[in-house]
Amino acid sequence: MILSRWLTQIGKYFLMVKEVFRKPTKSSVMRGLILKEIDDLIIGSLGIVSFISFFVGGVVAIQTALNLTNPLIPKYLIGFATRQSVILEFAPTFISIIMAGKVGSFITSSIGTMRVTEQIDALEVMGVNSLNYLVFPKIIALLFYPFVIMLSMFLGILGGWMAGVYGGFTSSAEFISGIQTEFIPFHITYAFIKTFVFALLLATIPSFHGFYMKGGALEVGKASTTSFVWTSVMIILSNYILTQLLLSK
Amino acid sequence: MIEVKDVVKSFGDATVLKGITTTFETGKTNLIIGQSGSGKTVLLKSLLGIHKPDSGKILYDGRAYWDLSEDEKRDLRTEIGMVFQGSALFDSMTVAQNVGFPLQMFSSKSKGEIKDRVDEVIARVNLVDAHHKKPSEISGGMQKRVAIARAIVNNPKYLFCDEPNSGLDPKTSTVIDNLIQEITHEYKITTVINTHDMNSVMEIGEKIVFLKEGVLAWEGTKKEIFKTDNAAIVDFVYSSNLFKKVRKAQLREDKGESV
Repeated sequence: MILSRWLTQIGKYFLMVKEVFRKPTKSSVMRGLILKEIDDLIIGSLGIVSFISFFVGGVVAIQTALNLTNPLIPKYLIGFATRQSVILEFAPTFISIIMAGKVGSFITSSIGTMRVTEQIDALEVMGVNSLNYLVFPKIIALLFYPFVIMLSMFLGILGGWMAGVYGGFTSSAEFISGIQTEFIPFHITYAFIKTFVFALLLATIPSFHGFYMKGGALEVGKASTTSFVWTSVMIILSNYILTQLLLSK
Repeated sequence: MIEVKDVVKSFGDATVLKGITTTFETGKTNLIIGQSGSGKTVLLKSLLGIHKPDSGKILYDGRAYWDLSEDEKRDLRTEIGMVFQGSALFDSMTVAQNVGFPLQMFSSKSKGEIKDRVDEVIARVNLVDAHHKKPSEISGGMQKRVAIARAIVNNPKYLFCDEPNSGLDPKTSTVIDNLIQEITHEYKITTVINTHDMNSVMEIGEKIVFLKEGVLAWEGTKKEIFKTDNAAIVDFVYSSNLFKKVRKAQLREDKGESV
């Protein structure tokens, strides 16, 4: 019973995604919608992403330093560990989970409220493809998500450097040497492939939960919670699958 | 003119519309009335193309909606204006943006032309100094006027209103009713109003379609409603003592007796 309900929901999700790309909205209107979504979803998230990235980067550096008790282990490993943690997992995955809470809840509740107040019905009656009108601009806006992750990577490493150097755990030269050690450029590619997939999940799963919700204000809240849970689950699952596919030999 | 021919609609085992046949005439305010659960909303949603009837046909000036291609349906929808029960205005837009939305989406008018038309329609529904306000900043009655303005901005051939008076005080309800009727006559629109407000029935019911348990139980005009002996409609319309007295007085007046 539960399996059949899940399969139905998955099918409905893919049909929704297909519908998003049908019957496009007038380009002059769409341009404005995309810019508004970039402002809401990307620009509006920079503050919290910067804050979290900077301090978590710092904590990673401190934790690494505190665990390097053996004097034979070189201090540059603090920079190395910070870089690897931030680039491989913290920036793309951890920030995406945070975005599932911030951006995902916003998307579900805004579309859900439009459903409850018949605004989506109004669009449909006018002959507007409401899925294209509401979801497509979010997908395009979240194509700029890799820039957020790039900023997160930079600030995470910067936070690690500041915590390491000014906390007295390592020197600046050692830390910088660490972040240059055994650098594999493909790790950046891997991180951005993940980010791109997460961006699509962040735009579509919360939209799905908002668009197909039924009920009133209370159900909007419930839909936001469900959307956060499922977006997080799908991010973690796809993270595992992509890591297996891209990094394992 | 909208023709409804033997429309049947079921949800699971429950048949909500049981073979409805009627006509909604052009240039008239056509009212669908009935108790909650009588099938009014399902009929309205079927007219709007939101529910597909199981059988039967709905013809918009001879065009059978469900036989049209997707493109033709989309074109037909641009000829429809709809006033929702809760107004359904877009929260993120101002009054002027809400009213101009259908033009922005479907017309090739320039910004200046859209602005002129929006100003004209906003003035027509007697909204003053509301252009730059958000829906949350205006009263329920004003929101209804904005919804009417948005519905007529594209010169629709068909106007649908779902409970346009819900949540409004009696005076504002009458103003909204009269506005809808004036616009219907002025623009020669086929207007279909879903209501259970008896004041609206008596004020603007140029054609009344009464549904009972999914069946068309009676149809006629507001004048005929005073004289009818149809037990179902009499029971529904004259359920309050006030309306019973009004009916009695009207019947006496018709017979030439002093009231």
